[in-house]
Amino acid sequence: MNESSLKQNIVAWLQAGPLTLVFLAFFIIPLIFVTIVSFWDYNDYEMITTFSGRGYTDTFEGCIDKLPEMCTILKTYGSTLKFCLIVWLATLVIGFAVAYFLAFHVKSQTWQIGLSLLCTIPFWTSNVIRMIAWIPLLGRNGIVNKALAALHLTSQPVEWLLYSEFSVIVAFVHLFTFFMVVPIFNSMIRIDKTLIEAAYDAGATGWQTLINVIIPLAKPGIVIGSIFVITIVMGDFITIGVMGGQQIASAGKIIQTRLDAIQFPAAAANAVILLAVTMMIIVAMTRLVDIRKEL
Amino acid sequence: MVHPAALELALVTKRYGTTVAVDAIDLKIPAGTYCCLLGPSGCGKTSTLRMIAGHETVSDGDIVLGPSNVTDLPPAKRGTAMMFQSYALFPHLSVIDNVAFALKMRGQDKPTRHAKAAALLKLVAMDKYAGRLPAQLSGGQQQRVALARALITEPQLLLLDEPLSALDPFLRIKMRAELKRLQRELGISFIHVTHGQEEAMALADLVVVMNAGKIEQMGSPREVFNHPRTEFVARFMGGHNVITASGGKIAVRADRMHLTSPGTVWDGHSVSAVVTDVEYQGTYVQVTLKGSDEGDLVAQIPEGEFDRNPTEVGASVLIGWDPGIAHRLGHA
Repeated sequence: MNESSLKQNIVAWLQAGPLTLVFLAFFIIPLIFVTIVSFWDYNDYEMITTFSGRGYTDTFEGCIDKLPEMCTILKTYGSTLKFCLIVWLATLVIGFAVAYFLAFHVKSQTWQIGLSLLCTIPFWTSNVIRMIAWIPLLGRNGIVNKALAALHLTSQPVEWLLYSEFSVIVAFVHLFTFFMVVPIFNSMIRIDKTLIEAAYDAGATGWQTLINVIIPLAKPGIVIGSIFVITIVMGDFITIGVMGGQQIASAGKIIQTRLDAIQFPAAAANAVILLAVTMMIIVAMTRLVDIRKEL
Repeated sequence: MVHPAALELALVTKRYGTTVAVDAIDLKIPAGTYCCLLGPSGCGKTSTLRMIAGHETVSDGDIVLGPSNVTDLPPAKRGTAMMFQSYALFPHLSVIDNVAFALKMRGQDKPTRHAKAAALLKLVAMDKYAGRLPAQLSGGQQQRVALARALITEPQLLLLDEPLSALDPFLRIKMRAELKRLQRELGISFIHVTHGQEEAMALADLVVVMNAGKIEQMGSPREVFNHPRTEFVARFMGGHNVITASGGKIAVRADRMHLTSPGTVWDGHSVSAVVTDVEYQGTYVQVTLKGSDEGDLVAQIPEGEFDRNPTEVGASVLIGWDPGIAHRLGHA
């Protein structure tokens, strides 16, 4: 290796250095610690630094002997995955529609930028405030129930509007649709508009153009947005807590409960399980699309 | 089978708000014609093409293809097909799926449409690349694929929007010959938009010169080149000197000019001028001159004639022509 290429190499390492350090310090090392702690032993009030699989065995306790009935952890993951699927579908449909409107129906770039910024306005307040904002709307004496009563559509307040799976899903969709809009819009804006014309010239209907041209070309954005939404919903415990009236279990909620009980190894073991499940979903999605092409 | 059809535009107008892009043009293109719409950018040639294709609505007038009025039909129902300037190949589809796209939209099954697409790929000598993605092809290859894709619906009329502008000069001349060959073999009409007069003259059976939304002149390349009707056409087609003579402007071909020294007797018309540039071009020498009351004049002198009577920059000369070949210009 000659001197100048050596120098180039050093410069390249120096440029990559800062981000590598940040990743190491705030991502890789904590992850290693969590994994190590997940294999420690614990009792009711402290953790014991000896190797043990108890964090995992406790988590899956009764899963095999109770069959065919589902154990708590599987039920919880089942319910979290159900939320994940519903929220993913809802944010995908809404996010795709909004991105499509911005990319193909709004003609001027000024309006595209303006309307995209408008989508970010909800982010000016915190997540929790945006969740709480639903309560006066969906509560027993909320606007929706009062309106239904005033229209004589219901004789008594609808109970399932708030502190229910419904309200959790509404809040999730409200909070996270924007994470779908941005990457999909970013993919769509790169689609050459003459492709749409070429499809029209070839006799494609609007629907056929959507299926055969726009969706395949927006796929990288769809996958990136899906990863955002799925990872957030899989790990969430605040939204499910607040909007579910602390009555609904979730994968994230298990970790929080264990932490509150100072059972750190059990919490860590659950974190590792959650990470593994989420990673499997993401790997499956990236199998569908090579997102590196998009970056 | 392909049925060639004649195209007729009647008072076709395109307005964008208050600006008129295409101003009530009338145009008849017989079946099986290679027609070039020629003009500077903004002259309305692309708008005209897009109206024929059905990608632009017609503000006024009618477009008739063969026996049917297609003014308000969608592109796929007209019997036209368009080849886009940037080719507009679908980047996620292989070459053969790109070509077969229109058949897929019609609901034909895969073996049928692939067989037909393969035949067309053979026609444009791209059958070896059927499995590639457009990004893996060169510009010239992409163009062949775009051509095959446009032809798969068996159009009566193929519309080409500056098809050669994205290619390098060498490839441009090669593809030009290929377009002409295809048009002859298929026997359908091609309408080809270009701003290059050389391209138009090489290809067209019918040249339509447009300016400011109107047709300035149309005819065979020879007619248009030798008998430019207006000063605009003479200047745009090139190779002409526009000279103000008594009773109006005339056009004289630059390769028919003669240079003589002042004081010689010249049996014809002439003006005095000063040589501003001499360029050797191989078979001829291009002499640029500044006339006493004209703009720039150009004389293309055969090499032998130039050698007999050489001239240099700064020399005062007489530039003359045979009045018989001068061509009187009308007003635009």
